[in-house]
Amino acid sequence: MTTSALTGSPRRMEPRHMDVQHHTPWHEYFGFSLDHKVIGIQYLVTGFFFYLVGGALAGMIRVELVTPLSDFMARDTYNQVLTLHGTIMIFLWIVPVVNGAFGNYLVPFYVGARDMAFPRLNAVAFWMLPPAGFLLLSSYFIGGAAQSGWTAYPPLSITTPAVGQIIWIVSVLLLGGSSIFGAVNFIATVLKLRRPGLGLFQLPMFCWAMLGTSILVVLATPVLAGALILLSMDIVAGTGFFNPTLGGNAVVYQHLFWFYSHPAVYIMVLPAFGLVSEILPIHARKPLFGYRSMIYSILGIVFLGLIVWAHHMFTSGTPPWMRLFFTIATAIIAVPTGIKFFNWLATLWQGKLALNSALLFCAGFIFNFVFGGITGVALAQVPFDVHVHDTYFVVAHFHYIVFGGTVFVIFAAIYHWFPKISGRLLNEHLGRFHCLLSFLGFNICFFPQHWLGLNGMPRRVAEYDPQFQLINQISSVGALLLAISTLPFLINVVWSLWKGAPAGDNPWRACTAEWLTSSPPPVENWLHEAPLVTEPYDYGSAEDAMPVTTVQGRELWSAGR
Amino acid sequence: MTTLSQRPAAHLSDPRQEEQSQAPAHAHHPDVRLFGLATFLVADGMTFAGFFAAYLTYRAVNPLPVNGEYELELLLPAVNTLVLLVSSLTFHRGSKALMASRMAACRGWLLLTAVLGVAFMAGQMWEYFHLPFGLTDNLFASTFYALTGFHGLHVTLGAMMILIVWWQAGREGYFTAENHFGFAAAELYWHFVDGVWVVLFALLYLL
Repeated sequence: MTTSALTGSPRRMEPRHMDVQHHTPWHEYFGFSLDHKVIGIQYLVTGFFFYLVGGALAGMIRVELVTPLSDFMARDTYNQVLTLHGTIMIFLWIVPVVNGAFGNYLVPFYVGARDMAFPRLNAVAFWMLPPAGFLLLSSYFIGGAAQSGWTAYPPLSITTPAVGQIIWIVSVLLLGGSSIFGAVNFIATVLKLRRPGLGLFQLPMFCWAMLGTSILVVLATPVLAGALILLSMDIVAGTGFFNPTLGGNAVVYQHLFWFYSHPAVYIMVLPAFGLVSEILPIHARKPLFGYRSMIYSILGIVFLGLIVWAHHMFTSGTPPWMRLFFTIATAIIAVPTGIKFFNWLATLWQGKLALNSALLFCAGFIFNFVFGGITGVALAQVPFDVHVHDTYFVVAHFHYIVFGGTVFVIFAAIYHWFPKISGRLLNEHLGRFHCLLSFLGFNICFFPQHWLGLNGMPRRVAEYDPQFQLINQISSVGALLLAISTLPFLINVVWSLWKGAPAGDNPWRACTAEWLTSSPPPVENWLHEAPLVTEPYDYGSAEDAMPVTTVQGRELWSAGR
Repeated sequence: MTTLSQRPAAHLSDPRQEEQSQAPAHAHHPDVRLFGLATFLVADGMTFAGFFAAYLTYRAVNPLPVNGEYELELLLPAVNTLVLLVSSLTFHRGSKALMASRMAACRGWLLLTAVLGVAFMAGQMWEYFHLPFGLTDNLFASTFYALTGFHGLHVTLGAMMILIVWWQAGREGYFTAENHFGFAAAELYWHFVDGVWVVLFALLYLL
């Protein structure tokens, strides 16, 4: 009995689904489809397109920073490029992909439903994305894109050219609305659409992550919308909410902005945590360690995530009591986060690890995120933060969180679920090469930026002191490696879609419900009734004791109601 | 080889399926639309909460603008508050009538609710035209118009929803005591808008 999940030989004992292979007609992916799987793929592909755009912009930034002078592009162009880079990567790549793509694809499977609670709303939410994205990109060609960074702090956002800023606001409002619609859908689906017999504490961890994330979206995103409405009135109607010269208060904008944008970090990271919790047990052949503590950690992060926002504002004249409160609250977040990381390590401990691309990307995530988390706790301390605020130390920190953390998980998830989505396996050699290049490129690009920040190089500026040139060039080499690392991935996806080895229904011998159907799954997910998976992480000992057929067969899941 | 798209209802035609009426088939999953709307209204409420927080911060931190006018006429807004609260009550009476399948009474209450909503908006308009300050005069003026304007937008949408529901209720069998999602959604939304107004009134006019 081979246990290697790498060989790709599917252990199907029943040939039941292979003769009803379902192919969604290609045009459905370009239309107003109501199928949660199609919408998930729409999110994924759209998001990846914008990842390439945002990556090209990042490349332009790194090219500019090879030399101390702004000789590659004009300084205001640089401002536009970095604003577009941040906005696209956050609002059009990470948030839509970890939430919209994987959330939509997986959550209905996990709750045993045929679709999301509101399929039409789901499609509307997706179709707000492409117009918002192209609106944002088009602003570059109509009088220049916004120049005030993804934070759009006034008075900068009020004094820079108005057209680009207003287009930016409209675009972000659209994306925020899309995100809220998605969150309403996830909350209703997880809480109300569970298959009869499936309890909340039997759900795969990703459902809990999406529930927590969606609560954050519902509570926090509208506040950003409100702030942007007021900001647009300042720009268009001449009010002075955030304009000190008109008696307004710019710090109020910062509060409203970070009340959303700190939780936004968890909106980007919690779903990734959920995906890791799904991927690790399968490739380590062990149950997820500490299921309940994982759930309470998610809920703790959701609660704490809402009361730490002002740690972004320690240099904005915040009073001492506020600094003290937000420092302590921020430091406490390390506890539930740390619990999750210990649980993942305990899951890997003495597991039968299949060192495939999915697991390796997860390992990269753990390494990078822990490092970013440590610098995060450091940044929460006021004396340190005041020193490195608005330097490259902050840039390095949050790229370790959102790139080294979440983007690595996105790739792990693509390697893990591509066989289910397409019915074909990705090439493991190319995948591991991709992982190696990404890990090296990422760390070469961003690790030196800690040093730059500690030595005082300010962020968001096209020019810098010549003493920083060598380190900036090393960083740019890392960025080049990162750009190159995308090539094996793209080749892999295109090649595997065309000629990849057939994956079979369940190449990883997984327990969760999306694997208990054909690859790709039929329109309503299962041809028969939805399987009841009450032990989503039942790997290891139970599996060794019984033949694999039992683990895979439906009797185990349909019996337990 | 049969593709699934040619037999999309495969799971429904399965005889075992029909016995298992609890299986979450697409055709009959529970109606969670009202739950979804309530979730969305939490989000909508957070927008107002953000505005309120900004307003309170301004009041606490920013100096009173030169010639700033914090004192507002109270009588009209107080009457308006009463109008809105009564409209919540009339909608509720309409709902009771629907439950008792007295459709004529239900439509009457709905129409009265819509009229009260429009009366509220008319009162708001009158107040706008008689206020001594404009949108950009100072920070307080801007905040006042932003808050009441955003709420007024909600009232306008709500009044339109009520009129649509009123029209739908006139069609035979459109709403029944058991099946009336559109009606319930409009009612929930209207109560929400009224509740927000009470907070807004307390903060802007009384505080």
